[in-house]
Amino acid sequence: MSELVELAQRYVDLASGGEEIEIVVSRGVDTEVVAYDGALEKLAVASSAGVGFRVLIDGSGGARIGSGWAGSLEEEAAREALASARENARYATEDEFVAFARPDGVSPADLSLRDESVLTTPLDDKVQMALDLESSVRRADRRVRQVESANYTDFVSETVVMSSVGVTAVQGRSGAYLSVSAIANDGGDDETGWGLSMARGPGDVSVDRAARDAVSRATGMLGSAKSATMKCPAVFDSRAAAVLLAIVGGALSGDAVARGRSLFENRVGELVASPLISLVDDPTDPRHFAASSFDGEGLACRRTELIRQGQLVGFVYDTYAARRAGTRSTGGALRAGFSGSPSAGCRALQLVTGEGDRERIVRDVGSGIYVESLMGVHSGVNPVSGDFSVGVAGYLIEGGQLTQPVRGMTVASTLQRLLSDVTHVGDDVQWLPGTAAGATLAFSNVTVSGD
Amino acid sequence: MNEILVSPEVLEETLSEALSRGGEFAEVFVEDRSVSTAQWDQSRVEELRSGRDRGAGVRVIVGGTTGFAYTADLGERSLREAARAASAVARSGAGENRRVDFRDVRSYSTTAREGFANVERARKVELLRRADDVARSVSPSISQVQVTLGESTRRFVVANSNGVLATDHQVRTRLAVACVASGDTGLQTGYRTLAQTRGFEILDDGVEDVANRAAQNAVTKLSARPAPSGDFAVVLAGGSGGILFHEACGHGLEADAIAKGASLYAGRVGERVASPLVTLVDDGTVEGEWGYLAIDDEGNPGSRNVLIQDGVLREYMWDYLRARDGGRPASANGRRQSYQHLPMVRMTNTYLLPGDDDAEEIVAQTPYGVYVAQLGGGQVNTTTGDFVFGTTSAFLIENGRITSPLRDCNLIGNGPEILGRVDAIAQDFSMTPGTCGKNGQQVPVGCGQATMRLSRMTVGGAA
Repeated sequence: MSELVELAQRYVDLASGGEEIEIVVSRGVDTEVVAYDGALEKLAVASSAGVGFRVLIDGSGGARIGSGWAGSLEEEAAREALASARENARYATEDEFVAFARPDGVSPADLSLRDESVLTTPLDDKVQMALDLESSVRRADRRVRQVESANYTDFVSETVVMSSVGVTAVQGRSGAYLSVSAIANDGGDDETGWGLSMARGPGDVSVDRAARDAVSRATGMLGSAKSATMKCPAVFDSRAAAVLLAIVGGALSGDAVARGRSLFENRVGELVASPLISLVDDPTDPRHFAASSFDGEGLACRRTELIRQGQLVGFVYDTYAARRAGTRSTGGALRAGFSGSPSAGCRALQLVTGEGDRERIVRDVGSGIYVESLMGVHSGVNPVSGDFSVGVAGYLIEGGQLTQPVRGMTVASTLQRLLSDVTHVGDDVQWLPGTAAGATLAFSNVTVSGD
Repeated sequence: MNEILVSPEVLEETLSEALSRGGEFAEVFVEDRSVSTAQWDQSRVEELRSGRDRGAGVRVIVGGTTGFAYTADLGERSLREAARAASAVARSGAGENRRVDFRDVRSYSTTAREGFANVERARKVELLRRADDVARSVSPSISQVQVTLGESTRRFVVANSNGVLATDHQVRTRLAVACVASGDTGLQTGYRTLAQTRGFEILDDGVEDVANRAAQNAVTKLSARPAPSGDFAVVLAGGSGGILFHEACGHGLEADAIAKGASLYAGRVGERVASPLVTLVDDGTVEGEWGYLAIDDEGNPGSRNVLIQDGVLREYMWDYLRARDGGRPASANGRRQSYQHLPMVRMTNTYLLPGDDDAEEIVAQTPYGVYVAQLGGGQVNTTTGDFVFGTTSAFLIENGRITSPLRDCNLIGNGPEILGRVDAIAQDFSMTPGTCGKNGQQVPVGCGQATMRLSRMTVGGAA
């Protein structure tokens, strides 16, 4: 780790008068195993590294930033990246709000996010897990006709963010995932189900869990049909709910607000959701897979309350968005690796849990649609206007029970209405990959399109 | 022009190392990619970014197993290490020493009149400003304009144990304008891109049109009402995206989905799978289009493949691995995001051939339905055939006339069902660029179609 810090320091020290330099250096090792039809289909092991620079030049009307990156730590490549960042900075427009993060005295959470066993576990064991996953799914139910692929993947990485204005952040991280997609058939149409188990290391992922998830989702959908167009209550399972929360989180970014692209702009203090909704972004909670000690600008991540009992209380900010809003960074800068620039965004959303699990909520709701998987989220949800329309698969809810499986239908509303229409928040939190943890959510009224 | 990234001698040695444990096929893919973007937002040049990625991926195939490794270091020793790591899957094989003789040596290059490296940064900045001016002049309700200009040059070498040594130099240029309009009804967005496999020259004439349409799109939607819900006739405007076919059947005709029995189109070559009006082509040879390729990422010269002819399924799309298993030639559909990825079956430019109808007539003969002027993205489950695509500009059709603008929504259907419901195709063909994601890899693709009508499709509106 210290090697990366030394490397970063060498480049940061190159900052000349009137110039600030920020560097991100990262490296990692990835493994991917795919099992198919009882055999190893694909095995990929690789290490990669890269460096990204931002150079800031101060001027009379504010500062300008330029960026350059290279997918390599070699000196020639890094120097080329720094040179283009310097050149690029000359062409930006001066902006009084542009600045690099300054150390703000907040201590980083002490999190253990890196499991060294990713590196020490023999490759053969990883291959075996993928093979076991495939055979478990095939054996689990005679109606499983095919396993499209059974995957084991893992990674370890280390990242350093450093700047000539005093920021130094070092973050190690690892992850291991088992994922599988099953195809079930019982004489009619094929149905699919996808299952996942994830952890920080290979010792904590569960073949059984991923297999059960995929099999129950695929076989549950057998005999699915398209039902009639209707307006009715909807229950989102925790996975679907997490997708919805992540979209809402996008609109709670101080960056989206600063750029006039948030439906929550100018609404702080107002009721924007049902009083059942309390939403926080908390990367310091180690249960969240996206937990992190540092943000993309190297400041300590912290807990940010966004919605309290339906009332909008705040946004997440990076340095730029905070300066525009006249506030301080919440340690909310996200960054897409060494080649990306930081931008404010939610990292680890979770709802304050409510009462009851899926079964109880479905019973309470009585009738409507139960949504288990979503399709076309990137094409049918507009996070700026709030228009929401997604393809769904799931079940009808009749008499407080899940009955007929359905797919090929859509659920539509707006994000604003969905938030206000929440009638139940489950206590069944599921930690998932991505920005948000999920819990069963029920809504009083959506439009379902079908036949 | 095509400066050598790695010498043929080193490539040959790397392949020999890759084959030394008994691999049947080995390939080295060396890539040097430069990417530059310039972003404009809130009436100012926000940031220029430049990056470069160089490296090599080695794959070894033995039976049904593929081994893969990559390195960012193009030195001889690192390449050999990658070859050794990739060949680990063939460890039970005999350690014979095979030499590779490059018998099939070819070199290609995109025709780009103006390479980005030669275009002054100041000129790019001026272009961003022009797009902003045009967009803001459309209406005072335009509150935000974001303009992104991107360019990539990608040089690569593919060398494999079948004696192929092919190089290409691809240049791609893309301009995207995203507008926000604000009004009493809240915020609305408009988005438009211009993207081609060409140089900076495409922007000189294109920028006004892109900015203007993006702004118009956002402003129009301020008065939009929620789209209807249920089954209706749907007219897709020419060039509205063409993504319907990309999702409704394109992915299902990729040989990897076919081989795994994960497509409804498996085993159906020679059968009627669509309305007789439908002739669908995947064509990497359309020069300049976003999905154009001189060679695919496995070194095969781009080709034009008729997938569906007059409604009858003729052919799937193939990469090396699936073609080998199928005992047939590849169809130049082997593509990868970068040297860090394995190639797989991907589309290039996928389009529906134009028909004989008149675009205005098609609308005039539709009593009630939805007119889709511009599509966003889409998604498909190839196994069930369910697919969606989203509208970013749509209108109601009432009594044969285009009336109220509609808010964004998804349309959902089942591929084979929907293909049978194409009941009119016009002559006003055009192509649009897009980015296709599959198993985590993104590649540029083109989609094309003329104005066409589906007799019925499920519209996922909130009304």
